[in-house]
Amino acid sequence: MARVVVDVMLKSEILDPQGKAVHGALNRLGFDGVTAVRQGKRFEIELDGAATPEAVARIEQAASTLLSNPVIEDFELRVEQ
Amino acid sequence: MTIGVVTFPGSLDDSDAMRAVRIATGDAVSLWHGDADLKGVDAIVLPGGFSYGDYLRCGAIARFAPIMEPLIDAARGGMPVLGICNGFQILCETHLLPGALVRNDHRKFVCRDQKLRIENTSTPWTSAYQPGQEIVIPLKNGEGGYVADESTLDRLEAQGQVVARYLDGNPNGSYRDIAGVANERGNVVGLMPHPEHAVEALTGPTTDGLGFFTSVLNSLVTA
Repeated sequence: MARVVVDVMLKSEILDPQGKAVHGALNRLGFDGVTAVRQGKRFEIELDGAATPEAVARIEQAASTLLSNPVIEDFELRVEQ
Repeated sequence: MTIGVVTFPGSLDDSDAMRAVRIATGDAVSLWHGDADLKGVDAIVLPGGFSYGDYLRCGAIARFAPIMEPLIDAARGGMPVLGICNGFQILCETHLLPGALVRNDHRKFVCRDQKLRIENTSTPWTSAYQPGQEIVIPLKNGEGGYVADESTLDRLEAQGQVVARYLDGNPNGSYRDIAGVANERGNVVGLMPHPEHAVEALTGPTTDGLGFFTSVLNSLVTA
């Protein structure tokens, strides 16, 4: 059994209003010293077997089609055994 | 002339879209997201709403519904397809239209009567308007900010693919005030505001939205 983690973030040039809202809330609560916040999504994908190169390639395909939209988002993928 | 309106789980404006088609004297046909069957319609409207609860990204899950496979083929073959609001988001997720729609820059849902300028009257959905015509139709969205990279925006402007632009203030942070775009061929149009809510004096701010539906019916008759 293996777990593949996919992190999806908006590209840097795309405005992130949710991150800005969180940043504003941090300032209001006194968590100062924060210059910026960007919010993303984390997917934990459980495989029914080992994370073979083929299985990881399939998840990579899923990450680039369903989990992220390449027009506005980038993703990073890693295997957790 | 039959115009299909697709209902996804979470669609809200499918019945208004069907009503707009009927008021424009077309035959409205209800299509179901789970059927890979376009029922022989001549054109298709993807209505507004919150398909699949907007989970993941707006339109991201609807884009893989069974109906979308024949719909994408038909759109590539030249069938007129109009995506309104959530339908626009779905068309961007399919990459039939360039760009994407993100959360409003001011972070609030916006609902108001919005002035637009029709920039391109050569599409099958906008031919009933005069070039540069100003119209007022309802706008209601939380994630209506149109974004694309600079080169894509320049290309859209150069090729006349900007179909409508916001006037009197940008309501959601859309780049270059873009309210609607078309594909290169012009048959696929996405629009964030809602023409289907402005087709009758009793229920709409104007009847300015009716032109989208009469346009496509005329284009189908003359095709």
